[in-house]
Amino acid sequence: MILAAMTPPTEPASLSSPLEPGERIVATLELDLDEQLAFRPGRLVLTERRILGPDAAQSWPLSACAHLHHYDHAGIGTLELADNTARLALWRYTLGRNPAALRFEREFNRLKEGLASGSSAEAADAETGEGGSTAEPTTPPSTWTLLRLWRFARPYQGMLLAGFLLTLAATAATLVPPYLTMPLMDDVLIPYQNGTPVDWTKVSWLLGGLLGAALLAWGLGWARTYILALVSERIGADLRTTTYEHLLKLSLEYFGGKRTGDLLARIGSETDRINVFLSLHLLDFATDVLMIAMTAVILFSINPWLALATLLPLPIIAWLIHMVRDRLRTGFEQIDRVWAEVTSVLADTIPGIRVVKAFAQETREAQRFRDANRHNLEVNDRLNRVWSLFAPTVGLLTEIGVLVVWMFGIWLISKDSITVGVLTAFLAYITRFYVRLDSMSRIVSVTQKAAAGAKRIFDILDHVSSVPEPAHPVSLPAPQGGIEIRAVHFRHGNRAILRGIDLDIRPGEMVGLVGHSGSGKSTLVNLICRFYDVTGGAIRVEGVDLRSIAVADWRKHIGLVLQEPFLFFGTIAENIAYGKPDATRAEIVAAARAAHAHEFILRQPFGYDSLVGERGQSLSGGERQRISIARALLIDPKILILDEATSAVDTETEFEIQRALNNLIRGRTTIAIAHRLSTLRRADRLIVMERGRIVEIGNHDDLMAREGHYWRLYMAQSRQLDAPPPLGEELPEGAA
Amino acid sequence: MSAAFSLTRTPFGRLVFVGADGTAQEAVVPVRAFALTAPDEGIALLSAEGHELVWIERLADLPPAQRTLIEEELSRREFMPVIEHILAVDSYATPSTWQIETDRGATQLLLKSEDDIRRLNGPGALLIADGNGIHYLIRDRRQLDPLSQKILKRFL
Repeated sequence: MILAAMTPPTEPASLSSPLEPGERIVATLELDLDEQLAFRPGRLVLTERRILGPDAAQSWPLSACAHLHHYDHAGIGTLELADNTARLALWRYTLGRNPAALRFEREFNRLKEGLASGSSAEAADAETGEGGSTAEPTTPPSTWTLLRLWRFARPYQGMLLAGFLLTLAATAATLVPPYLTMPLMDDVLIPYQNGTPVDWTKVSWLLGGLLGAALLAWGLGWARTYILALVSERIGADLRTTTYEHLLKLSLEYFGGKRTGDLLARIGSETDRINVFLSLHLLDFATDVLMIAMTAVILFSINPWLALATLLPLPIIAWLIHMVRDRLRTGFEQIDRVWAEVTSVLADTIPGIRVVKAFAQETREAQRFRDANRHNLEVNDRLNRVWSLFAPTVGLLTEIGVLVVWMFGIWLISKDSITVGVLTAFLAYITRFYVRLDSMSRIVSVTQKAAAGAKRIFDILDHVSSVPEPAHPVSLPAPQGGIEIRAVHFRHGNRAILRGIDLDIRPGEMVGLVGHSGSGKSTLVNLICRFYDVTGGAIRVEGVDLRSIAVADWRKHIGLVLQEPFLFFGTIAENIAYGKPDATRAEIVAAARAAHAHEFILRQPFGYDSLVGERGQSLSGGERQRISIARALLIDPKILILDEATSAVDTETEFEIQRALNNLIRGRTTIAIAHRLSTLRRADRLIVMERGRIVEIGNHDDLMAREGHYWRLYMAQSRQLDAPPPLGEELPEGAA
Repeated sequence: MSAAFSLTRTPFGRLVFVGADGTAQEAVVPVRAFALTAPDEGIALLSAEGHELVWIERLADLPPAQRTLIEEELSRREFMPVIEHILAVDSYATPSTWQIETDRGATQLLLKSEDDIRRLNGPGALLIADGNGIHYLIRDRRQLDPLSQKILKRFL
């Protein structure tokens, strides 16, 4: 990529500014914006002597430059060159060039420090890791996506083959009756009209044949439908579980960027749609194709000329199908998106129903839903306009086809080149044939729909977790609990959240993270849990980079207590034992006791067997929190992370929870985030963060004595507690 | 641990607990920690204020006198009729009133929603929460008579 473009030490003379003899290029940066932020390519070159700007005339000798500063905002990066008194120049670029820019800056600093320009591979590797989120392609899904489903069909090869053979046989059986109409007409009915008596034996043979063929077709049809439905149901189930399993392994970043409703729709209804497609439509289509091929063969063997006339409309219909396919293609994917939008409105509103009601916004939410539905209607209407024209047109063509056969057939009979029986057989075939063609044309829409569904499912399956499992994981049997954080950078989208964090956490230490919201505390904790991966620098545990430890292996050692405790639907006992499903009852009770949850659990109607709901509605916030503490305690983690564990409850409950936490903290490395500074009194060290950097480290007394950031935070909070702002007085009149 | 306390009943029918430190607590209440999955393991005696006084690993370990007292008290507090027959339901859509026969006599229960039927760990065991908060137990639905099973199936 861009890095590669800057490595060669000698550059061809295509530069805007010619180099002096003996001058060597150290780094280049391809700019794509000019100073006014218009897209314009340019190139910045760093040599051992100077920086050459995008304009040929401009260059700055290194001796005159003091600083090269780099920062970014909202997707645009800026490099600023300054001497000790003023800014000399400023260059802009989009963040895709950021790795190159960082490298440029690094090389500049290295030259300024007079160091030899070797390359630090480690740092460069870490930097290239960003830019990882790729935009999803917006091209309409190709029908070939469906072929990728073969991966799920492979285990059922045998049954599929059996189904195919049965389909073949069943189709052949359905083609027998029209063939029998031929002798029935020519050898029985027409001779009778000409005065020959009816040959009853022959009639009974022929009618018997008709019945037999019908019964055979029925039996075979049943068998193939059953077998293929069985297979497709299994494929659908495999698809669903595989997708879900994959989804669970994706990083939090993926979930953050997706709406719940959309994911629900993908795993729920899309897989079902594919399922129906496989079991119903694809099967029908295969039967149709077989039928058309077999019919064609039979027709040609009876009379090639009439067969030609019969099959003439086929290419026209095929062309028509092709035409409409392009129109429908994008439409169906759009419908899917709109449908996901409808579900998303529901998924947004229902969990937030208290907020909706509290702000009396029911009508607005209803309106949102109505809008989403209207959008759905509009998209459908547009599509249906094309679609509704399609079926009648196929019908019309069918009628015309029949007409052609009649005309040509009558003419042939008048020339005595075919019998009436042959024409009857042809007409019998052609009506079946065109009925099938009509239903075949429907395959276009369902295939497109299924392909759209498959694409959306493979979107999930193809998404590689941004927290990848290492190829050769290092095992970590019993960590001491120490964590080294080295020059950690983290960027989310185009926003830098952490800018160079260095921190050593000793085993068994309790560290409190303090700072305004948005200062990067939670992000740092998420990185330690490896919910995300660092974009620069490294987090190490006993000298091992987190990224080389299997994710589950690492998380096993982490106990997490969140601000909003999440309880799953199930009993209290099951919720406590969530991280260790095989825990004994005694262990569960012990954990609950330590979390000060035991007594209130005993007061529930069924004790530990009482059900708690999705969000644990029947329990108070403090009670839920204590259950989640018991959950963290039960797995006996080496590292404990408390992310605002007590901020959602009142002070008295907090006291109760604090007592529970004291049990939890003992002997473990603890990283606690708390907004209420008083809760961090026990911390060995407080880390004060601001705008993605650590600004102060020390214990409470040190930091208070220093009268810095922490002191200001603390004073602000205690002022708030001592003297609550006067209420009412400041309110404008009538506001109350 | 089981010998470290004494338990008596007052003339008012309340249980009095005297712990190892000699202080007496009146109106103590026994509760089962795992009322459904392991009713006879883990029984706690709570004080009238709801604090745990003693934890009994297994009821069978107690001296017979204490055990009878606790069992009596538990059976007085626990009301979980076992459904033996489902005779009729007025509708297959909830809310639905069921005519049932339990081990404690015939009655009717109001099922507010299918969600109130809870599957227990045992094979075929169900716990049905009545609209009035009473819980009915079905020990094994596969052992019910055919009519009851047929009715029940429509709600599962």
